[in-house]
Amino acid sequence: MRRALLISVALTVAACSGERAAPRAPSAGGFASIPARRYGLGRAATPEEIALRNIDVGPDGEGLPAGSGSAALGADLFQKKCSMCHGPKGQGMPPAFPQLIGRDAKAEGFKFSTDFKLQHTIGNYWPYATTVFDYVRRAMPQLQPGSLTNDEVYSLTAFLLASNEVIPMSATLDSVSLTTVKMPYRDRFVSDNRRGGKEVK
Amino acid sequence: MSDLPTNHSEMDDTARDVAAVDAAMPADAAITRRDLIAGAAGALGVAVAASIPLVALGQGANTSAPTVPAIPADPTKLQGAPTTPVGARSAFYKPSRTPYGETTGNSLSPLQDLTGTITPADLHFERHHAGVPLIDPAKHTLLIHGLVATPLVLTVDEVKRFPPVTRTHFIECSGNGRAAYREPKSDMTPQKVAGLVSNTEWTGVPLKVLLDEAGATKEATWFLAEGGDACVMTRSIPMAKAVDDAILVWAQNGEPLRPEQGFPLRLLLPGWEGNTSVKWLRRLELGTRPWMTRWETSKYTDPLPDGKARQFSFDMDAKSIITTPAYPQALTKGWWPVSGLAWTGRGTITRVEVSTDNGRSWHDAELTPTTGVKAPVRFTYQWEWDGSERVLLSRSTDETGYVQPTRAELIKVRGIGTDFHFNPIVGWKVAVNGKVTFHGET
Repeated sequence: MRRALLISVALTVAACSGERAAPRAPSAGGFASIPARRYGLGRAATPEEIALRNIDVGPDGEGLPAGSGSAALGADLFQKKCSMCHGPKGQGMPPAFPQLIGRDAKAEGFKFSTDFKLQHTIGNYWPYATTVFDYVRRAMPQLQPGSLTNDEVYSLTAFLLASNEVIPMSATLDSVSLTTVKMPYRDRFVSDNRRGGKEVK
Repeated sequence: MSDLPTNHSEMDDTARDVAAVDAAMPADAAITRRDLIAGAAGALGVAVAASIPLVALGQGANTSAPTVPAIPADPTKLQGAPTTPVGARSAFYKPSRTPYGETTGNSLSPLQDLTGTITPADLHFERHHAGVPLIDPAKHTLLIHGLVATPLVLTVDEVKRFPPVTRTHFIECSGNGRAAYREPKSDMTPQKVAGLVSNTEWTGVPLKVLLDEAGATKEATWFLAEGGDACVMTRSIPMAKAVDDAILVWAQNGEPLRPEQGFPLRLLLPGWEGNTSVKWLRRLELGTRPWMTRWETSKYTDPLPDGKARQFSFDMDAKSIITTPAYPQALTKGWWPVSGLAWTGRGTITRVEVSTDNGRSWHDAELTPTTGVKAPVRFTYQWEWDGSERVLLSRSTDETGYVQPTRAELIKVRGIGTDFHFNPIVGWKVAVNGKVTFHGET
């Protein structure tokens, strides 16, 4: 073990002091060369304690719970639980409390890189509808995070999507229908193409 | 004190009150009797402090002027302060993070007040999205589950029993420099321009060792890191990073993590945007695709001029900043070290150049240490100011051949409204009267 670590450190040092630059950044840790082994530490997690913490929702809908909620109910909930920070119309108080609602004509076309005053709302920026559910459930409302029922989170998600003109205000969402919602600007998101080297990207 | 820059532009009310008191005092009265008692002699208590001859404290017979400095005329002629359980900074040196007092916000590190490359733990910048949680380390656990052979629960004490490593790495918020990039102003300090970067000696266990313990399967390509704060922060990270140089850390600069740095456990992803080094880490889930959390979709994405937005832009590009001379210093003619920090998320800084003529000519600066992997180097160029108007700039190059661009070059490829990753060449204008102001329009 120790020998492996020493070797990896030596390799890292050699890579740094070599005459030829590595094609990619040398690993600071070089931990990939540590041989796999087990120390017998920790204990097996029970399905119950995993379920308690595993509240994440994926873009494919994985993790969405049972239940449902309507945009109409969500509108009422928003005024009661969200409007004190995000404003009665979801206009927000940026930067602490972001604008949630708005399809500003100037923002359509995704011109954010040329105008930093344009607000990134759910409707004109967010690429995945499932993110709304995940974030509201785990972190909102700010003074009582994690206090909403799954039905309430579905309702609020439906209201936020409807008021951003993504789904109709008559909509009701559940795990199936939320997964099928495609956000207007999903296709604008691209992976990182920066790789170092001489070109500035 | 007069040459220690302050940050009036970012002061909150408390700081303004202090500034008002300072302003009301004579210029040489920055150190007060209260400072001396609280700092140098605090552990002795008031009774002993009161027994110190007033003459030696510099109070003399003039008891009507309590703001007169309580500094002995000759420190060699009386006994100094006793030992203390926890040290304090000299009363003559009062660095401060600014702004502060926000639960959803940040505090910037006072780069102009720091030397070398290590950031004192209590001056490390902060960025919180739901405040600093109060966590009992005896009750905190880390859950590792998903595509693993054995889902595991580890206590903090158990994490510390794996073979530890110690590495020095910077963390930089990818929003660092946004204000100076979008709207550079002459009265910006190094802290205001680039104070969302800090550098620490971290101790922890390679994430790979923990993933081996749980038996990560080959199918896993991404993992989710989740924090135990009130926003239950989540970021999706490629597994390749986990087995390369990721560390689960519990200590910084020789002591347990500060609460604002993730006590008792945080993830450290060297060279990557700071938000991915999730603090107060409580859960790792292994899977096959990113989770598209709020923080990697709505935030921490980079709008580009072609109408796209760059996502999962993890690497921090090479960057540098001169931390002295800087606003609000004033220079006199003669020799000055032009000194600052340079760093890159892609490995090592190979060169830092300094210009004293607004980029017309460049000079190689000395680097100390000569190299650091995903750790800053301090650069210094010794310069004799002749009294003419100057613009001082620094430009770093990393081992991939990447050269820190000008602001104009960055605006061309990313736009003025891009939201993260700001690494333009910046500098300082020196006027003929010696006054130094920020120069951001490169």
